[in-house]
Amino acid sequence: MIVDLMLWPSLVALAWWSRRNGNPVFYALIALGLLLVFNRCFTPGFFEVDVRDGRLYGVLIDVLNHGSRVMALALGMTLVIATGGVDLSVGAVMAIAGAVAALMVNMGVPWPGAVAAALGVAMLCGAWNGLLVAGFRVQPIVATLILMVAGRGIAQLLTGGQIITFTDPGMAFIGNGHLLGFPFPVWIVLALLGLVALSTRRTAAGMFIEAVGNNERAAYFAGLNPRVIKAATYVLAGFCAGVAGLMAASNIRAADSNHVGLYLELDAILAVVVGGTSLMGGRYFLAGSLVGALLIQTLTTTMFMRDVSADVAPVPKALFIIAVCLIQSPSLRARCRSWSQQIRLFGAGREKAS
Amino acid sequence: MTAPLLEMRGIVKTFPGVRALAGVDFTLRAGEIHALMGENGAGKSTLVKVLTGVYPRDAGDVRLEGVSIEPRSPHDAEACGIATVYQEVNLIPYLSVAENISLGREPVRMGLIRWKEMRKRAEHALARLGLHIDVEQDLSSYSLAIQQMVAIARALDLRARLLVLDEPTSSLDEREVQELFAVLRRLKAEGMGIVFITHFMDQVYALSDRITVLRDGHLVGEYEAASLPRLELVARMIGKTPEDVAAMEQQSAVADPLEEEPFLAALDLGRTGALHPLNLAVRRGEVLGLAGLLGSGRTETARLLFGVDRATSGHIQIGGKNTSIHSPRQAIQAGLAMTPEDRKDAGLALDLSVRENMMLALQAQRGLCRPIREEEQHALVDEYIRALGIRTPSPEQAIRNLSGGNQQKVLLARWLLTRPALLILDEPTRGIDVGAKADIEKLIESLRAEGMALIFISGELEEVARIAQRVLVMRDRRLVGVLAGSALTLDAIMRDIAAAPEEADT
Repeated sequence: MIVDLMLWPSLVALAWWSRRNGNPVFYALIALGLLLVFNRCFTPGFFEVDVRDGRLYGVLIDVLNHGSRVMALALGMTLVIATGGVDLSVGAVMAIAGAVAALMVNMGVPWPGAVAAALGVAMLCGAWNGLLVAGFRVQPIVATLILMVAGRGIAQLLTGGQIITFTDPGMAFIGNGHLLGFPFPVWIVLALLGLVALSTRRTAAGMFIEAVGNNERAAYFAGLNPRVIKAATYVLAGFCAGVAGLMAASNIRAADSNHVGLYLELDAILAVVVGGTSLMGGRYFLAGSLVGALLIQTLTTTMFMRDVSADVAPVPKALFIIAVCLIQSPSLRARCRSWSQQIRLFGAGREKAS
Repeated sequence: MTAPLLEMRGIVKTFPGVRALAGVDFTLRAGEIHALMGENGAGKSTLVKVLTGVYPRDAGDVRLEGVSIEPRSPHDAEACGIATVYQEVNLIPYLSVAENISLGREPVRMGLIRWKEMRKRAEHALARLGLHIDVEQDLSSYSLAIQQMVAIARALDLRARLLVLDEPTSSLDEREVQELFAVLRRLKAEGMGIVFITHFMDQVYALSDRITVLRDGHLVGEYEAASLPRLELVARMIGKTPEDVAAMEQQSAVADPLEEEPFLAALDLGRTGALHPLNLAVRRGEVLGLAGLLGSGRTETARLLFGVDRATSGHIQIGGKNTSIHSPRQAIQAGLAMTPEDRKDAGLALDLSVRENMMLALQAQRGLCRPIREEEQHALVDEYIRALGIRTPSPEQAIRNLSGGNQQKVLLARWLLTRPALLILDEPTRGIDVGAKADIEKLIESLRAEGMALIFISGELEEVARIAQRVLVMRDRRLVGVLAGSALTLDAIMRDIAAAPEEADT
């Protein structure tokens, strides 16, 4: 009950706010709302939240917890996509970051050092992507595909092909700990959102990114350095991938280079697009990307709760996502309006005739 | 006199809001090279596209050898015997010459390509142009001129009777142009009709038999090249009779520049293939005009000054000191600003708001970490919206939705915010309404009076003559004359543009 009281009003308020500001997160919010209403009515147990030992447990909390990795990836991905690029390597960078962190703590490095090293390596990976895309003008898909494929190999090389487990409690807290009742990854994502939002919206970076993504030539003529700006977004995407990799490794207390973050880059791209940022670049919406990531995670969890087998689950998931993307399309909405107008005119004509 | 090969009568083509062609006639005889002339927006390209089936015509009649035709696509037109070669080479660089020539119509037997036959055909087609090259090499391994000829060979492979060339020489150098012309003369001798579009005055006279001039979608006239003096051709292109021009003397040379030392001087500045080395200087409190037709090198000059392109010769001095400018960023630091010729391509971020577009250059100058506070932004934007009379429902409106004139004013505001010492305006009044044009002219004059140095580039010669104190006249990518004071008249500008190369050496 208390969940209902908190969830629905905030959803409605968010939707109203986004509608008023013309923020495209509106459509993702509506889709998320519909999905939650469906689960409220037809999926028993979906909305149950218990408090044990001062911690919250329940399906909704799991959605937040499991969705945190895609949310972290989506934040970095949003900026890359806003410059008109894309980063396919983030899943592989997660594996590298996890491997570095696991190796470091096992070598006796205190966990803050291991975290810093993992994030540093992740940013280096991002810098490599940035160098290829901005420095050598390789197409982003091709440039980041290199690290997407090679990255897992690098992680395997680091771990010697083994799954490396660790027991360091500090390291384990990142993915398993709780703070104020909520799982720690949720707070990490919030902090990351704050960091990205402040560093781009409180400085001129956001405007520069949108200008470069919207018209790189015009940005160049106005005295910007589009190459540096693009490269910086890849470094940030690497950093976000590093954070996601730490959360994933910490969660299972192991670096599993083969499986961690597999295909997560695709979920992240999807989350960004569902959140209203165009793949063509330009305007970007950080909150939209987070809602997009939550939507994808909620879908996954819904399939799981309703005993849809994991092999089949992608099909209904895909259908739902297609529907969201279609609703978002301005040209489709315009066409629908003209159709409904025609139908009305046709009806009026018939009345007149009869 | 030969019967016409092609007759176009009363061609009308309307686009939303624009009548691109208003009843244009065009006649082409077999065995003639016919130049189609006109300034930007005159309707040359539209006429060609109607002929080649890219656009359907709204009214009019097209007869090829007396038979009415109505091509619905370039493919249709090709089937009728109309071959077209566009400005950019529309071929695939990584396929061989032979593959490019046969692309889409490869000789096939039982689903397999007959490579030998393909090779033979390509060699034959090129031999007709007097070109003997290895057709199995990649197209990209040959020079642009050869690529252009391969494009022609490809077009002619279709037993064409009529060849359309849309600015075929704009990316070729002098020698390559001569090679191309030799080929065109050979085709002409074979009895082919050739329509030739170019902006290069000398080439028109070197090559064509007759000239058709269009202006604003109307036919101005059809002339024998030999009996149309250059001056008259220019006059007809810009819509004045030579008598008008002679009568229209420049009223006055406005006040002297504030200082004698130039703010910026370019010495021997040039770029291979784009601009012959030239000298120019501009002082504070002076509007320096660059006049010339499209492709004359005026935009290239601006791009070199602003660091968009690298100069291959010469250097730039600012305030008497050598200054290296390799990017717009450096140019801006040196006190320069430039509104580019193509607003939408290089000026505006169309999806961003009026406010953001206006703040972009100033913010870029201040850097990432010193954002302009929102209240300050709004104050500045409101000030300039008022000062320049920009019509927008709100500063947050996406700039895409503004009219051309208002977009141009936003771009001007963007640069005025950076307080430049030298403002380069490349075609600031193109495609905008009369009211906005007058506003911008007034603004230029007041900026000049405040001591700014300005370079004003326009294809509207009358406008340049009116606004600038000194005018550099350009033709065929070189500086051909400097006019100032009482010598600065529209008539004089046109004479310089029209002069044959020998006379123009000033």
